[in-house]
Amino acid sequence: MDRSADLLYGPEPDPAGDAGHPDPPPRVGFFTDTTVCIGCKACEVACKEWNAIPEDGLSLTGMSYDNTGGLGASTWRHVAFIEQSRPVAAPAAGGPSPDGHEGHGHSPHGHAGQEPAGSAGTAVEAAPVAGGPPAPDGRTELRWLMSSDVCKHCTHAACLDVCPTGALFRTEFGTVVVQEDVCNGCGYCVPACPYGVIEQRPDDGRAFKCTMCYDRLGDGMEPACAKACPTDSIQFGPLDELRERAALRVEQLHDLGVPEARLYGHDPDDGVGGDGAFFLLMDEPEVYGLPPDPVVTTRDLPDMWRHAARAAVGLLGAAALAFAATATGKGPR
Amino acid sequence: MVDRAEFSSYYGRPVIKAPSWSAQDIAGYFFLGGLAGAGSVLAAGAQLTGRPGMARVLKTTSALAIAGSGALLVHDLGRPSRFANMLRVFKPTSPMSVGSWLLTGYAPLAGLAAVLNRAGRLPRVGAAATAGAAVVGPAIATYTAVLAADTAVPAWHDAYRELPAVFAASALTAASGAALLGSPYSETGPARAAALLATTTELALVRGMRKRLGPVAEPYEQGRGGRCMHAAEVLTGVGAAAAACSPFLPPPARRPTAAAAGLALLAASACTRFGVFHAGVASAEDPVYTVGPQRERLEERRRAAEAAAKNGGTSPGADPSVPPSGGDTAG
Ligand code: SF4
Ligand code: SF4
Ligand code: SF4
Repeated sequence: MDRSADLLYGPEPDPAGDAGHPDPPPRVGFFTDTTVCIGCKACEVACKEWNAIPEDGLSLTGMSYDNTGGLGASTWRHVAFIEQSRPVAAPAAGGPSPDGHEGHGHSPHGHAGQEPAGSAGTAVEAAPVAGGPPAPDGRTELRWLMSSDVCKHCTHAACLDVCPTGALFRTEFGTVVVQEDVCNGCGYCVPACPYGVIEQRPDDGRAFKCTMCYDRLGDGMEPACAKACPTDSIQFGPLDELRERAALRVEQLHDLGVPEARLYGHDPDDGVGGDGAFFLLMDEPEVYGLPPDPVVTTRDLPDMWRHAARAAVGLLGAAALAFAATATGKGPR
Repeated sequence: MVDRAEFSSYYGRPVIKAPSWSAQDIAGYFFLGGLAGAGSVLAAGAQLTGRPGMARVLKTTSALAIAGSGALLVHDLGRPSRFANMLRVFKPTSPMSVGSWLLTGYAPLAGLAAVLNRAGRLPRVGAAATAGAAVVGPAIATYTAVLAADTAVPAWHDAYRELPAVFAASALTAASGAALLGSPYSETGPARAAALLATTTELALVRGMRKRLGPVAEPYEQGRGGRCMHAAEVLTGVGAAAAACSPFLPPPARRPTAAAAGLALLAASACTRFGVFHAGVASAEDPVYTVGPQRERLEERRRAAEAAAKNGGTSPGADPSVPPSGGDTAG
C-alpha cells in the first residue's frame, strides 16, 4: 500500500518515528476521565500559569459555571459545564446503541437555546452513579457534567499537515507543537483543526495551542494540568497504558450501572487515527462541544489534487475549444 | 433543510473555528488568482491565433491581477517579511505551501510576458514566458479550491469534488470577461466562446454541487453566501447573454455590449468567490453543519453494522463498522 497515503489517514502506531525521530520515547497523552471532574478549574489555572499565557478577557458567559467559553489561542485547557435538567438516569439498557436516543432531549441548550419539546420526559429513574458526578439522592432533577477539554494531539493532525511553514511539528513524544518563531500567522491551521482548538492571537496573528507542556516533558515532568488536577480526572502517561486503563474504567462503570459511560478519541481506527488526548464522557460528544465523528481533512487531499488537476486540464481544454470553434467559424464570429 | 430538532451542541457554540481571514483579502485573492491564471491561458491562445490586441490585454491583466493577489496575501499575513517563511519548506500536504511555490514560479512569468509585450522587445523570450504562464496558469486558478477544501469547514471540505471545477470555470468567466472588456471587438470571438462555455459549465457545476451537498448547501443558499451566489448567477446569465447577442447587433453597439458583458462576467466571478468564502465561514460558525453530517454518518454506519449483523450472523463479535486493523498489510 501507498506509504504516503498511510501517513495521511488510518492507524499509525508510531507517529514520532514516522516524523523522523530516531528511537523516540513512548508516545504520551492524556486520558481525561470526566466522571470524576469536580469543575475546580485548577487545570485551567495551572496551564495559564506555567505557560505564561496572557489574559484573554474576563467575561460572564451565562453558560453555567463556564466563563472561559472554549479553547483558543490563550486558553489551552477549558472546563465545560453542562447542566442537564433530568434525573441521573439509567437509560433503557440493551438498546442497539445509546446514540439512538441520546442525541436529543437533554442538550444544555438546543441550537439557539431551544429545548426540543417532549423528549426530556423520557428519563426513567434516578440511579446513583458511583464515582460519577454528584449523585444526589433522587431529590434534584439536575445532572451536572464537567469536562476539561484540551488539544487532542491527533495521530493525524490536520493543523500540522496544512501548515505551510513547518511551524507545527511532531515532537519525539508524539505530540503536536507550534514553533512560535516560525509561524507566520497565515491562519491555515485554524479552520483545518476538526476540533476547533488552535487559534491566532489577535494582536500578532500567530497561532497558539496546548504544547502538552513540551518543556516539562523534556525534563521528565508531567504537564502542569495533570499535576494540578486534585481528582486525577486528567491522567498523563504513555498512551498505550492510558488506553488500557480507560478500557477498564469504562467496563467498571458499565458494571456499576452507568451504561452511558463511553470513550471518545481512544480508537486508532477513527477519522484522525486516534487522539493523543482522549476522554471518558457521559453523553454524546456534541453535548460537550466535541465533533461526534471528526475526520482529518487531509485524508481526502490526494483526491482533491486529482480533482484540481482534472479541472486545470478542463480549463486548458475549454480555452482550446473556444479558439478552435472560432477558427473554424462554427462559433461566434 | 438541516434538522435542528435532533441536534445538540454546547450552548450553540461552534465546534470548529472559522478562518480568521478577511473576506476582502482571501476571496479577493481567489478571484484575482483565477483571473490571472485563466487570463494567461487565453493570452497564449490569442498570441498563437494572431490576435495581438486580445493577447496584450490579457497579459496585462494577468500581471496586474497576480501582483494584486500577492498584495492581498501579504496584507492578510500582516507583514511582508512573513511571506518569506512560506518558502522555508515545500510541503505537499499543505495546499498553501504548494500555492506559494506555484505563485513564486508563475508571477515572474506573467510579469515578464506583460512587460516584454508592452515594451515590444525580445519577442522570443516573451513568447516563452507567455507559454510558461499558460502552463502554470490553470494550476494557479484551481489550487485555491483545494486550499479552501482542505479544511474542516463543512461547506468547503464537503464540496471538494466540485470546488476545483467551479473555480476553474469561474476563472475562465473572469478572464473572458477581461478580454471582452479590453480587446478590439474583431478579436473577441474566442472570448465570447470561452465565456459561453465557462458560464454554462459554472452554472451547472454549482447546481450539482448544491444538490450533492444536501443540508450543507444551505450556507450557499442563505445569508451572505447565498446572496453572493445568487448575484453571481444573475450576473453570469446577463454577461453570457450579452456576449452571445453582441454579434447580432448593429456594428456600433457591438463593442459597448461586449464591454458591458465583460464587466458583468468579471463581477460574476468575484461574487462567486465571495459567495464561496462567506458560505464556508457561515458553515463553520453554526455547529449544526459540523455535528449534523457527522451524526448522520455515525447513524449510517450503525445501520450498516446492524444490517450486516443480521445477514451474516456467523461472525460473532466482529464489528463491521470498524475496518480490520491489519487491513493495510497487502503490500
Ligand atoms: S486537535 Fe486540532 S490543534 Fe490539536 S493536534 Fe489535532 S488538529 Fe492540531
Ligand atoms: S498560522 Fe502558523 S502554525 Fe498555523 S498554519 Fe500558519 S504558519 Fe502554521
Ligand atoms: S480536570 Fe481536574 S483540575 Fe480540571 S476542573 Fe476537573 S477536577 Fe479540576
